[in-house]
Amino acid sequence: MDLLLPEFGLFFWTLIAFVIGFLLLKKFAWGPILEALNEREKNIADSITSAEKVRNEMASMKSEHEVLLNQAREERTLMLKEAKETKERIINEAKDAAKEEANKIMAETRQQIEFQKNAAIIDVKNQIGTLVIEVAEKVLRKELSNKEEQNKYINTLAQEIKLN
Amino acid sequence: MSFSFQSSLKSVLTVFLLIFGISFFAAAQDTHEGHSEATEAGHEATENKINVKEIIFGHIRDSHDWHLFSIGHFHASLPLPVILYNPSHGLSVFMSSKFEHGHAEYNGYKQINDHDIEADAALHGGKSDLAKGKIISLDGSKFYNFSITKNVLSMFISLAILWFLLTGIAKKYKRNGSNKAPSGWQNALEPVIGFIDENVAKPYLGPKAAKYMPLLLTFFFFIWVNNLLGLIPGGANLTGNITVTLVLTLIFFVVMLVNSSKYFWGHIFNPPGIPFGIKLILVPIEILSNLMIKPAALAIRLFANIFAGHTIILSLICMIFIFGAMNRGVGFGFSIVSVGFSVFMFFLELLVAAIQAFIFTNLVAVFIGQAVEEHHHEEHAVEAHH
Repeated sequence: MDLLLPEFGLFFWTLIAFVIGFLLLKKFAWGPILEALNEREKNIADSITSAEKVRNEMASMKSEHEVLLNQAREERTLMLKEAKETKERIINEAKDAAKEEANKIMAETRQQIEFQKNAAIIDVKNQIGTLVIEVAEKVLRKELSNKEEQNKYINTLAQEIKLN
Repeated sequence: MSFSFQSSLKSVLTVFLLIFGISFFAAAQDTHEGHSEATEAGHEATENKINVKEIIFGHIRDSHDWHLFSIGHFHASLPLPVILYNPSHGLSVFMSSKFEHGHAEYNGYKQINDHDIEADAALHGGKSDLAKGKIISLDGSKFYNFSITKNVLSMFISLAILWFLLTGIAKKYKRNGSNKAPSGWQNALEPVIGFIDENVAKPYLGPKAAKYMPLLLTFFFFIWVNNLLGLIPGGANLTGNITVTLVLTLIFFVVMLVNSSKYFWGHIFNPPGIPFGIKLILVPIEILSNLMIKPAALAIRLFANIFAGHTIILSLICMIFIFGAMNRGVGFGFSIVSVGFSVFMFFLELLVAAIQAFIFTNLVAVFIGQAVEEHHHEEHAVEAHH
């Protein structure tokens, strides 16, 4: 069975061709190919790690953001509350001030009225006095025109004085 | 982009076909002129009865010319260079067409033909060990045959294909860098390279995987491409030849021995923790299994698988003619069955082509992995701690 026996020529050529082929392929084909594939593998691994890192960062940033947002929300509520309080205080103060002013004005007005009334009363009293004196003068002038009457009156007056 | 690579492949194919065509016509002329009336008549007599063994082995065996097809007495074959070195007569280089398919002698050499086999068979009681087509010297002197046979040429072609395919890809990687998506052949071969890396090299070689990757890839692609080339009708049966698988195994064996660790030899010649009596039995077994049986099995497995695949397909085809010789109708009828089986076997062989390449590469990785491994137990202890 020559099929099971190695042939010298084929052995020789296969050995030479395979070894040379292997060395050439190793240098010019497998080297660059494997290098590129390894590089890509490394790049992918790096990309995954960096993506993970970014994701974690994003998550932490998000939580930070949330905290800030909550703080802002609280601050806003606080500010609104304060503003409301301030508003009410200002309104109340204004109201109080207005009331006071009104009361003051009212008091002044009342005083003024009182004053005017008094002045008017005094004036009326003065006029009445003058009128009474005038009337009395006229009456006296008429009464004292006769002697008898004069004496009678003097007597009355004198009696009055004694009684006093 | 990929055009330059494709065009270079095309030009190689064109050149190949041109040479092929020219030699083909030269061969055709040779066959016409060379045959004498007498030999043709003799040839016809032997050709009419079908010699299955001759047909099958003729296809499987290496030969000095690349036979393409025969129509009647017209044999289309490509003559190949014969290179012979005889220590006493010196070097002789000529084309195999000078032998006129075994009918002529040239320069003191001749090819074994049917008549020689018949004569030898008569001498040895009906059986002859002579191989048809083998070159012998007329004076019986010893010589070395360095001829570029069908197998050698097929191997050169396979290496050329690998060279253009792989350097083309390598150039693309260099040009595009590692971050650009692969395209064309790059896309087709990257998963294969990745597969060898992930499933063959790394599991068995671990941290040393990168060192042996080029060798493993060369083994895999060389075997795969040659398996596929062998499946092309008219192709050479390279990986189904024991010489080729022996060379591949020899290369693996040398690499294994050069890189083997002290630990590996220690386990062979002085297995730890085993009583002396058992060692006496175990050491020869270890030597046999590690240094002979494993490499031999590697060579024989590939050879036998591819050889068997070719033989089965050829046998199925031959059955058409065996039945045809009995009765023309039966021959035609059986051809349907035969072609059906052949197509099935062909697809199976396509699968086997890849599987055998993978198995060879895988076993090379396993054996090298065993040989280069160091401090096996300590590593395990460390792993356990982790």
